[in-house]
Amino acid sequence: MNLFIINSSIGRKLIMSVSGLFLIVFLLVHLTINSLLLFGPEAFQAGCEFMELPIILIMVPVLAAGFVVHILYALWLSYQNMKARGDVAYASGKNSETTSWASKNMLVLGAIVLGFIGLHLAHFWAKMQLQHFIGGTPVEAKDAYELVAMQFRNPVIGVLYILWYGALWFHLTHGFWSALHTVGLNNSVWFNRLKWIGIVLATIICLGFTVITAFFLLGFDKCLHVAC
Amino acid sequence: MAKITIDVKIPQGPLAEKWSNYKAHQKLVNPANKRRLDIIVVGTGLAGASAAASLGELGFNVLNFCIQDSPRRAHSIAAQGGINAAKNYPNDGDSVYRLFYDTLKGGDYRAREANVYRLAEVSNSIIDQCVAQGVPFAREYGGLLDNRSFGGAQVSRTFYAKGQTGQQLLLGAYSALSRQIKKGSVKIYSRYEMLDVVIIEGRARGIIARNLITGKIERFFAHAVVLGTGGYGNAFFLSTNAMGSNCSAAIQAYKKGAYFANPCYAQIHPTCIPVHGEFQSKLTLMSESLRNDGRIWVPKKKEDAEAIRAGKLKPTQIAEEDRDYYLERRYPAFGNLVPRDVASRAAKERCDAGFGVGATGLAVYLDFSSSIERLGQSVVEERYGNLFQMYEKIVDENPYETPMMIYPAIHYTMGGIWVDYELQTSIPGLYAIGEANFSDHGANRLGASALMQGLADGYFVLPYTIQNYLSDQIRVPRISTDAAEFDAAEKAVQDKIEKIMAIKGKRSVDSIHKELGLVMWDFVGMGRTKETLEKALIRIKEIRKEFWSNVFVPGQSTDLNVELEKALRLADFIEIGELMAMDALNREESCGGHFREEYQTEEGEALRQDDKFSYAACWKYSGEGKEPELITEPLEYEFVQRQQRNYKS
Amino acid sequence: MEKLINIKLRVWRQKDAKSKGAFETYKLDNISTDTSFLEMLDILNEQLISERKEPIAFDHDCREGICGMCSLYINGRPHGPDDDVTTCQLHMRKFKDGETITVEPWRSRAFPVIKDLMVNRNAYDQIIQAGGYVSVNTGGVPDANAIPIGKPIADEAMDAASCIGCGACAAACKNGSAMLFVAAKVSQLALLPQGKVETAARAKAMVAKMDELGFGNCTNTGACEAECPKNISISHIARLNREFLVAKLKD
Repeated sequence: MNLFIINSSIGRKLIMSVSGLFLIVFLLVHLTINSLLLFGPEAFQAGCEFMELPIILIMVPVLAAGFVVHILYALWLSYQNMKARGDVAYASGKNSETTSWASKNMLVLGAIVLGFIGLHLAHFWAKMQLQHFIGGTPVEAKDAYELVAMQFRNPVIGVLYILWYGALWFHLTHGFWSALHTVGLNNSVWFNRLKWIGIVLATIICLGFTVITAFFLLGFDKCLHVAC
Repeated sequence: MAKITIDVKIPQGPLAEKWSNYKAHQKLVNPANKRRLDIIVVGTGLAGASAAASLGELGFNVLNFCIQDSPRRAHSIAAQGGINAAKNYPNDGDSVYRLFYDTLKGGDYRAREANVYRLAEVSNSIIDQCVAQGVPFAREYGGLLDNRSFGGAQVSRTFYAKGQTGQQLLLGAYSALSRQIKKGSVKIYSRYEMLDVVIIEGRARGIIARNLITGKIERFFAHAVVLGTGGYGNAFFLSTNAMGSNCSAAIQAYKKGAYFANPCYAQIHPTCIPVHGEFQSKLTLMSESLRNDGRIWVPKKKEDAEAIRAGKLKPTQIAEEDRDYYLERRYPAFGNLVPRDVASRAAKERCDAGFGVGATGLAVYLDFSSSIERLGQSVVEERYGNLFQMYEKIVDENPYETPMMIYPAIHYTMGGIWVDYELQTSIPGLYAIGEANFSDHGANRLGASALMQGLADGYFVLPYTIQNYLSDQIRVPRISTDAAEFDAAEKAVQDKIEKIMAIKGKRSVDSIHKELGLVMWDFVGMGRTKETLEKALIRIKEIRKEFWSNVFVPGQSTDLNVELEKALRLADFIEIGELMAMDALNREESCGGHFREEYQTEEGEALRQDDKFSYAACWKYSGEGKEPELITEPLEYEFVQRQQRNYKS
Repeated sequence: MEKLINIKLRVWRQKDAKSKGAFETYKLDNISTDTSFLEMLDILNEQLISERKEPIAFDHDCREGICGMCSLYINGRPHGPDDDVTTCQLHMRKFKDGETITVEPWRSRAFPVIKDLMVNRNAYDQIIQAGGYVSVNTGGVPDANAIPIGKPIADEAMDAASCIGCGACAAACKNGSAMLFVAAKVSQLALLPQGKVETAARAKAMVAKMDELGFGNCTNTGACEAECPKNISISHIARLNREFLVAKLKD
C-alpha cells in the first residue's frame, strides 16, 4: 500500500467516491430519523433519543471528517482540472453532449449544498447535538419537534430548503453512479441501470426531505398531530 | 560500357529450403557488438515500425524517423480489409505453396520466385506474432480466428479486424516500438523528414533530415540505413494514399545510386469512391473485402445508364434482368473476386463503353441487396459497418438502401527501390522494406498481401538479413557527422531548399501537383499506349520547368512551413512521374497493373511478352537532365510454369 | 443534394509555440456542400497563397478518418458538428449558408500549440510507451489459435482498440483528462488473455504517466465518449479504475 490516494488521479477520485457514498449513507440515516417527524412529536422524540446514544455521538466526528475530506478533495481536484485545461479557453465554448447537466456542474452544485449545510447546522444541529460536545444545554428531545416545526413554518426558510433539496438531487444523480464508476463497479451492461438507480435514490432522498419540509410548511402537522 | 550484371544473392537449394538454408548459413552479430551498431529506420508504417522494434529487441541501437506527429499515424493504418496467411485454418486446401503460387500468378509472373516463397513461408508467423501482441482479430463463436476471402484466391486465408485491419496491425507494431522506445533501444524522431541519404566510401552511413517544427536541417549517422517509406501513388495527386505519403526518400536513394525497379507497376484499386469535384483532395478506398458480399453491376441497357446519369432513374428501379453483373459474366470462376487489375480494367471498359453511372458516368454499382436479403442487415453491418458509415459520411447516401458507387483509383505501387534477396539496395548498407521496395508483388499485388509483406520484411526478414551485412561492420566506429560527406549532403539539401524558396513565382504547389496528377491519370493510368506515354514525357518536362520557375512557397524555410514540405515532395513526384512513363514506354507488353493497349488478347485481357520482358527493369540514375540507364534483372522461373492468367474457369 | 454556401471563418492563428495567438476572420464564397471541411480549408489556403500570405497550418493526413492526425475544434466541439467522425470526415453540408464558423486548436495543458491549429500530442505516445503493450519479442510466440478467445470478448477488445489517438477526448473534457484514451488501451489488453498477464503493472504505469504529464482528473462527464470519432464507451474507464485500484490495493 502506498500513497496512491494522494498522488494518483484515480486514487484521489477513489477518496472522492468513497466519501461521497458515505455521505449518501448518512443522508439515508438522516432521512429515516426525520421521517419520524411525520408520525408526531413522540415518534420523533424517540428518534432524537436514539441520536444521543454514545455510538452515534462517536460517529459525528467521522461524519464531519467525511464532509471535510469530500470538500477538500473536491477543491483540490477541481484546481488540478482547471490547470489541466490550459491557459486559453475555447472561444466557441463547450457544446459537447455530456452524460448529464449535473456532471458538468458538480462543484457549483456542491457549493450550493455546502452553503445550505451551514444554514442547516445553525438552525438545528448547533442547538441540539453540538451542545453535547461543548458541554452546553441541548434542546431536549421532547422540544426538538417544536424546533423543526417552527423553522419550517417560516415560508422563506421552508422554500429555501426545498430549493436546496433540488440542488442536492442534481448532485446525487451524477454523484451516485459516478462514484460507483470510479471505484470500478460498472460496465456497459450496468451503465444505464446504475444511472437509474442513482436517479431513484436521489429522488427518494430529496423527495423524502421535501415531503417533511412541506408537511410543516403547509401546516399539515397541526392538522394531524396537534388539534385540527 | 560493360553491361552491369545484378547479383540477387538467392540462396541455393530447392525453393522450400532456400530461406532455411539462408538463415542457417548467414553471419550474425553477437549481443555485445549489437549495442555498438547504429541503424537508421526511416518510416514507422508496418514495415518500418516492425523493423525498428525487432532490431531494437535484438539489441541494436535504432534511430527511427517519421514525418507525422506520432509513429502511430503512418498510412499503413488505413489498410482496411485484411492480411493473408497460409494457416489453412478453414481447411479449404490452403498451403504455403498455394499462397506462393497465387501471389506469383496474381503478380502476373513478374516477381522473384524465391522472395515470394519466403513471403508465403513467414506469413503464418506474422499472425502468431500479432495475436501475441494483443491484436483483436475477428473470431468465430468458438473462440478461434475467422477468415474471409479476397481477390485472386479460391481459399479463405484473410485474417481481419473489422474493416480496420491495417490499423490494428500497425498499432501492434507501434506498441512493440513503444516498448523499445521506453527501453531506450529505439530513439524516435517524429515530425522529421529525411531529405537525403549520406554515402561514405560507397556505403550508406546516415541521413540528412529536416526538423519539420523548427525547419532545422540535421545530420544523423548510422552503420546502416533502412527505408520503409511507402509508395509513390501520390504522383497522381488524387489517390487513396494519405496527403503526406511521398516518394522523396526513395528518389533521394535513387539519385545516390540505388536502382529504381519497375516504376510503371502501379495498382489501380477497383473499389474507391468516385471523384466528385475539382476541390477534391483525395480518394477514399472501400475495402476489397466488400467484394465478398457485394455484387458489381452496371445497367445492361445504355438508355438506363443515361437515365441514371441524368438523375431520372434510381438504381433500385432497374430490374434484375436489366443489370449486367459483368465480372460474374466475364469471369465465372472468380466472379466478383478477380484480382484488382482485372476488376479495375473491367470497370473502365464498361464506363468507356457508355454504361457508367453517377453524375459523371465514371462509376459502377457495388450492390449489397442480395447479401442483406441472404444474411440480414445485422450480419452485413457487423462485417462492414464502419465502411458503410464512412461511405455515408462522404457521399450522403445510405448504402444499405441504395447500391454504393465505386470507381478505380490509384492505390498501391508495386514498383520501388530495387532490392536483392536480403532486401539490400544496390548501395551497400542501404535497405528498403515494405511498399518502398519492389520485390514481392510483381506487376500486381493481391488484396491483403501488402500488410503481409510489410510485416514479413520488418519482423522476420530484415532483422536476419541485415546482420549478414552488419557482421562486417562491427569494427567500424561511429563516424562523426562533421565528415565531409555529411557537409556536402547537407549543403545540397540547403541549396535545394533555398532555390525553391527563391523562385517566388505565381503557382501554388498544389496547383502544379494537380496538373501533374491529371497527366499521370490520363496518360500513364489504367490504359497506356506509346502515344500517351510519349505525350506524358513531354508534359512532365513542361511541368518540371513550370515548377522550378514558377512555384510560390510563402513563409520561411527556417520555420514550420507546410508549403515548403509539399514543394520538396512535389519535386520528387515529378521525377517519379517521368520514371513511370519511361518505364511504361519501355515495357512493350501488358502485365498486371501495367496495361499497354497495344498488347491485349481478343477478349481484352493483358498480354505478356515473356520472351522480351521477363525481367525487372532497374533504372540507374545518371545525373540531372540525363536519361537513366536501364539494367535488367532476368526473372527465371525454376519451379513454376508461367501461364496466361486465367480467372474464367 | 449539392448546394453552394457562403461562410465566414474565425480561425486561430499563432506563429509558433511561444507567440501569442489571435483569431483572424476570413470570408469564403461558393463552397460546395459536398466539400469536406479540410478541403474547404485547402480552398482557403489556396486563396491565402494567391494573396501571398502564409496558409493556415493544420494537421491532417489520411483524410479517411483513421490516422487520427486531424484535430480541429469547430464551433464548440472537437471534430465539429457531426457525430462519430474525425474532422476530415466532416462535410460542409453540416453548415448553413451565411454561418460563422469558429476553428480552434485542441486546448489542453498537455497539448501545447505548435503553430496555428497544430498541437503537440506527444503526451499520448509517452503514455503508450509507459506500458501500452504486451511485452513479447518478435518470434517464439505460440500458434495464433492456441488460446481461444470468446467472440464477445474479442469484439469488446476490438471496440476499445479502435482508438485513433486523435486527442478529441482530452480536448472535449472540461477537466483536460485523458482517461478515455488510457482506458481504451488498458481495457483492450486486459480483456485479451495475451495482455491480461501484465494488466496491473500496465494500469499503474500508464496512469502514473498520464498524471505526470498534467492531464486532469476524470469526473465522468462523458463528453469524451460523445466526441470520440470511434465511439469508444466510457465503460472502459470503469474497467481501468477497477484494474488500477485492485492493483494498488494489492501493493
